[in-house]
Amino acid sequence: MSLMSDKLTEILSSYKWEKGTLIPVLQKVQRELGYLSEEAISEIAKRARISKNEVFGVASFYAQFYFTPRGKHTVKVCLGTSCHVRGGPRILEAVERGLGIETGETTEDCKFSLERVACFGCCALSPVMVVGGTVYSRMTPKKVKEILRLYQ
Amino acid sequence: MTFEEIQSRAIAEWEDLCAKTRILVGAATCGRSAGALAVLDAINEELTKRNINAVVTQVGCIGLCYIEPIIDIAKPRQPHIFYASVTPELVPQIIEDYLIKGDPRPDLALGTVGNEGVKGIPKLFDLAMLKPQVRIVLRNCGFIDPININHYIANGGYGGLVKALKMRPEDVIEEVRKSGLRGRGGAGFPTGVKWGFCRKAPGKEKYLVCNADEGDPGAFMDRSVLEGDPHAVLEGILIGAYAIGATKGYIYCRAEYPLALERLYTALGQMREYELLGDNILGADFSFEMEIKEGAGAFVCGEETALMASIEGRRGMPRSRPPFPAQSGIWAKPTNINNVETWADVSVILQRGAEWFASYGTEKSKGTKTFSLAGKVKHTGLIEVSLGIPLHQVIYDIGGGIAGDKCLKAVQTGGPSGGFIPPELLQTPVDYESLTQLGSIMGSGGMVVADEDNCIVDMARFFLTFTQEESCGKCAPCRVGTRQMLDILERISRGEGEEGDIDKLQRLAETVRDGSLCALGGTAPNPVLTSIRYFRNEYEAHIKEKRCPAVVCTELISYYIQPDKCEGCLICLRNCPVEAIKGGKRMVHVIDQEKCIKCGTCFDLCPPRFSAVAKVSGEHPAVPEEPTPIEK
Repeated sequence: MSLMSDKLTEILSSYKWEKGTLIPVLQKVQRELGYLSEEAISEIAKRARISKNEVFGVASFYAQFYFTPRGKHTVKVCLGTSCHVRGGPRILEAVERGLGIETGETTEDCKFSLERVACFGCCALSPVMVVGGTVYSRMTPKKVKEILRLYQ
Repeated sequence: MTFEEIQSRAIAEWEDLCAKTRILVGAATCGRSAGALAVLDAINEELTKRNINAVVTQVGCIGLCYIEPIIDIAKPRQPHIFYASVTPELVPQIIEDYLIKGDPRPDLALGTVGNEGVKGIPKLFDLAMLKPQVRIVLRNCGFIDPININHYIANGGYGGLVKALKMRPEDVIEEVRKSGLRGRGGAGFPTGVKWGFCRKAPGKEKYLVCNADEGDPGAFMDRSVLEGDPHAVLEGILIGAYAIGATKGYIYCRAEYPLALERLYTALGQMREYELLGDNILGADFSFEMEIKEGAGAFVCGEETALMASIEGRRGMPRSRPPFPAQSGIWAKPTNINNVETWADVSVILQRGAEWFASYGTEKSKGTKTFSLAGKVKHTGLIEVSLGIPLHQVIYDIGGGIAGDKCLKAVQTGGPSGGFIPPELLQTPVDYESLTQLGSIMGSGGMVVADEDNCIVDMARFFLTFTQEESCGKCAPCRVGTRQMLDILERISRGEGEEGDIDKLQRLAETVRDGSLCALGGTAPNPVLTSIRYFRNEYEAHIKEKRCPAVVCTELISYYIQPDKCEGCLICLRNCPVEAIKGGKRMVHVIDQEKCIKCGTCFDLCPPRFSAVAKVSGEHPAVPEEPTPIEK
């Protein structure tokens, strides 16, 4: 806990607060700490001299921010138009079955979180899924099993 | 350093490079997902092993995504030779044969670029997919190193800025107006006119925004340009800033594009080094700063007033206009917003002149437009065409027709804000007015092709699910209306559609279209309206016959094992995730319809030589209820 607080203080003091700083700070905190804890939100509010409510209001508007800890690997399944017409929903189902969780959830062992994303811009090689920073293209339900195994 | 000095140094570096053997690897996001980085490693390893001196460069996407990874080998004073679908295993062979033995391997090569050809290899730009294309925005993509500003400068880059700085700002605006350039983000407003409004707005502090929040979930043009040629966009922004009198610029780029962001950060650093940012740029009375803002995942932030709210650090919700951003934008200062492709057009318009640009396109839609061609065509990828090209040519010549020789069902342009175009209207020219007339829009350039295996109701539902989720909730017509429309569509695709649903959808669509505050809501009904207009019979089949003609909508389909085809191989039985298949060795398998979750695993895994699993809708084939011995 204190390690996290130290890190948080370090991040927050590296910013000069001016108009428009809030979202970049939220992004930085999440990048470094994995998610936006209640503690982080209230610290940010103090620094920005706005209410916690306002900070949470902004953060919860955007799909990018999380308020609970994430799994070690985030699996993102693309459900853009091209992925949709080429079987993306079945890839998502296969991942859900493979991990035993629903979209938006994290596995009990905190290894995986599952998300669906509107588009990665890899439409020409759809359907696509991303684990960590690696893009896997031309996915099939069968390939899902093999890929998840790499991260087990 | 003056620009002339920068330029001559860049040209010297480029010429020096061209005098060496080069290997260019297409390593944009699409190339990487196809395995380009493994190919790159294999190339470097092989060159070291064989002690060959060659420069290996990662370049952007040339657009032929369907045959990635692509590499391009250029020996000094010889044509570039492109190889497609390269694997790490193929690399040593190509290097040995071409670089050591001098055999270009026409059997493996895709095409050549250069004045002279190579016997047995076609010219790359004569290939069916590339021949009808005109590469203006994509002029450098795939040919220059996107992280080396000198490559851009050596190929005419920043020449447009130099030219603009010698003109009066008003004349720069006039030049852009004369080019006929219209906003490439989707709305198609004349760029020069828009700039004029912002120029004339009172105030010393003005802002400029590059909208790189490519939100259409089926479009990747902006990503490709930013990854392959970021300076083309940045030069355009500088020209715009000078013309408008802006002091600060923001590039609002979605966080889902990490490589594009990396390229942008690198490029801004290089601009600073060359004093292309900061005070008195290139010695002129022109100072400008630029900052990158990473999007946080909200489709509505592609809408200009929402985007500005997000830059200001607020919830990205649109507001009503007027006042327009040109009068009151970021921090209530005059602001001008254009999208990535528009900015990339601006730099080349100044480099080569308005007349040259206007020589492409139609009377009202000048120049070219990039599209991301995806879905069920054979040649998926990034394309750029002269405006006015018939849609037919895009799908059949460039796209190579429908994959698997299926039948075309519809072409979807404009993503969630656009519509479906049926096969009988494929002669339509691709320009702003013609597409709008069909009920669709040009949009930012997403073009997704659906074939007979796609259900139009399902696709309309897909788009509405997207817009409904992305609705910011500020105004009722969009927030409530899209939800209501989606409820009806979901009912229809579950087989619970009722008489009168189509009319109800149309009425709701009109309310949402006319009553919404911003374009997200205003255009959200387009996919539904066009699908009803051109594919009413598919809706009726779902509603009246409880049947999905394309056999897609899960709740209206079922899977059966055909007794005369089943060989009792146990593959489907072992792989069924819910143990819904009964059977045994040499027994005809049977699917328990109560247990089946319709995941399609059995359909996919049944060996093609048997093809025993059938997917049906609205039919109930007579099959045994229990496994029976195979009678063959």
